[in-house]
Amino acid sequence: MANFLEAVLGQYNNWAFIILLMIGIYAMIAKNNLLKKVIGMAIFQSAIILFYVSVSLKKGATIPIIAHGHGHDHGAVAHAIDAASYANPLPHVLMLTAIVVGVATLGVALAIVQKVNRVYGTIEEDEILEKIKE
Amino acid sequence: MIQSQLPILIIAIPLLMALAISLFGRKSDILCFYLLVLGMAATFAAALGTLSQVLSTGESIHYYLGGWSAPHGIELVIDHLSSMVLCMISGVALLVGVYSKRTVPAEVPFRTEHEKIPQRVPNYYTLYSLLIAGLLAITATGDAFNLYVSLEIAALASYGLLALGQGRAYFATFKYLIMGTIGASFYLLGVGYLYIKTGSLNMGDLQGILAQAAMQHSTSITIAFAMIMVGIWVKMAFFPLHGWLPNAYTLAPNTSSCLIAPLMTKVSVYMMIRLMFSVFSANYVFVTLGWQNLVVPMAAVAIIFGSISALGQKNLKRMLTYIIIAEVGYMVGGAWLGNANGYIGAVYHILADGMMTLCVFMALGAIIYKTGDSSLESMRGIFRKMPITAAIFVLGGFAMIGIPPTCGFFSKWYLVTGAYEAGQWFFLGALLFSSLINAIIFFRIIETGFFPDFNREKESGHHEGKVAMAEAPLSMLLPMVITALSLLLIGLYSKDIINGLIRPSIPPGLL
Repeated sequence: MANFLEAVLGQYNNWAFIILLMIGIYAMIAKNNLLKKVIGMAIFQSAIILFYVSVSLKKGATIPIIAHGHGHDHGAVAHAIDAASYANPLPHVLMLTAIVVGVATLGVALAIVQKVNRVYGTIEEDEILEKIKE
Repeated sequence: MIQSQLPILIIAIPLLMALAISLFGRKSDILCFYLLVLGMAATFAAALGTLSQVLSTGESIHYYLGGWSAPHGIELVIDHLSSMVLCMISGVALLVGVYSKRTVPAEVPFRTEHEKIPQRVPNYYTLYSLLIAGLLAITATGDAFNLYVSLEIAALASYGLLALGQGRAYFATFKYLIMGTIGASFYLLGVGYLYIKTGSLNMGDLQGILAQAAMQHSTSITIAFAMIMVGIWVKMAFFPLHGWLPNAYTLAPNTSSCLIAPLMTKVSVYMMIRLMFSVFSANYVFVTLGWQNLVVPMAAVAIIFGSISALGQKNLKRMLTYIIIAEVGYMVGGAWLGNANGYIGAVYHILADGMMTLCVFMALGAIIYKTGDSSLESMRGIFRKMPITAAIFVLGGFAMIGIPPTCGFFSKWYLVTGAYEAGQWFFLGALLFSSLINAIIFFRIIETGFFPDFNREKESGHHEGKVAMAEAPLSMLLPMVITALSLLLIGLYSKDIINGLIRPSIPPGLL
């Protein structure tokens, strides 16, 4: 039991990301309201962003800027950099792009939902399907 | 000097043209059209330039953005395979661009009582240009994350282009948007797993790291591969994940269908082949994992499902969308056969199917433009009314059936040979079955087309323009004729294309 708890708590970031991912997928597939689907999509994308950001985190690490980088060890600075003491900045940079993509997708999705509402007067999927059948 | 900058120009020209159209095209719709055609022609010329460069040197072009070298900077890689696909994309974009002169102003303004948005034509052409930029970037990039961004640029532009259709198009596009986002997100997750294990995003670098024994048997890498494949399969509408495609493509404006139907699924197939063989390796996919006995039968089911569904459709455009689903099965199956002939068949089919899908969609678009109807009945007497369009449609149909001088025959030939060598009898049977169904579908249309519309003429006399010959305008006929000729040329020169372009790109490990 203790081992199990340790395994769960030790990887809490992965569990959080998986739970959010599942909530997002569930909302996108099972929800009837189109706006709730869009919200599910946003949760789904945020889960992936959290996943990327959390894997770049290290215990005791700091931002990847070399303080007093010049002049201390007479050119040995390049060797003295300890990669373990800096957080990996690349996943954060990637996620900046992914956030922009996510915002754009969200905007397009909301615009389309608005259009759907104008055409059918509702954003409930079952009511729309009924109106299409008519 | 410009020679060395061609790879980036291929992406930059359509991107800048999108900006130019939205800045300068506000005043006049026809100016947008000329800007677009100019941009697409320049892109096509740049793509041909890289093709000739690759062919003359026999080596792939590596272009480093901003001069940052490979594993750290972003790299564009243009080899035999990608230069061929680049030429196809920019060629299709140019042809549809010319074709769109009359169709876009006719379809896109879409004025109903609550739809009074001016300046739709510049917006349409901006999205058009962005879509092409995204697709070209997907093809040219050598970076796994860059591919995700390009994929989303292309996808977002395509949502806009598809949603401009009839009223129901909004809802169909919404479903496509949800599915497309799930697909792209799965791809992104897969890349995340790859990055955690390897610490690299550059495709060439990844392949080197993944070849290590420790990586070959890592569960994380297997999961990454599975997620990437599922993500791409959603994007290309591979059989169980195809649900969004028929509605989204059928209800879209004809110009959008002409542009997106030949390109989107084919570029996704290219992406799958690139990731299977240039990031992972043939050895990893077929020997270490060995999922081909699962995927190839699924491709066969996709082919059978697509063909049978197509047979049951009354609306011709919807019928063609189901044929696309079957064609995706051809290419996925071919790539997963795990031998050289299957690979050649799949890659050649990217080119051949792109052109023949374009051909039938353009011909059908011209018929809809003239008759305003896309049911089988609209084809009645079409040979008398629009003889050139009808002939082009028939030629496209022949290519889809796989009648010898057209390109469809040769891709099927290689796919069937590959299936025979791999012992995938179910897939082989599905290929032949689908040819048979395509023959039934197209001969039924040809039969309808040859006989005039007796009943309707009697019932209502107000269908003017239906009896007299009324061919589509020249701006539509010209690209259609060029596409139809290209079907024959790609077929007749299939040996040169395969030996010159496809064989050098066969990944090591395929026999």
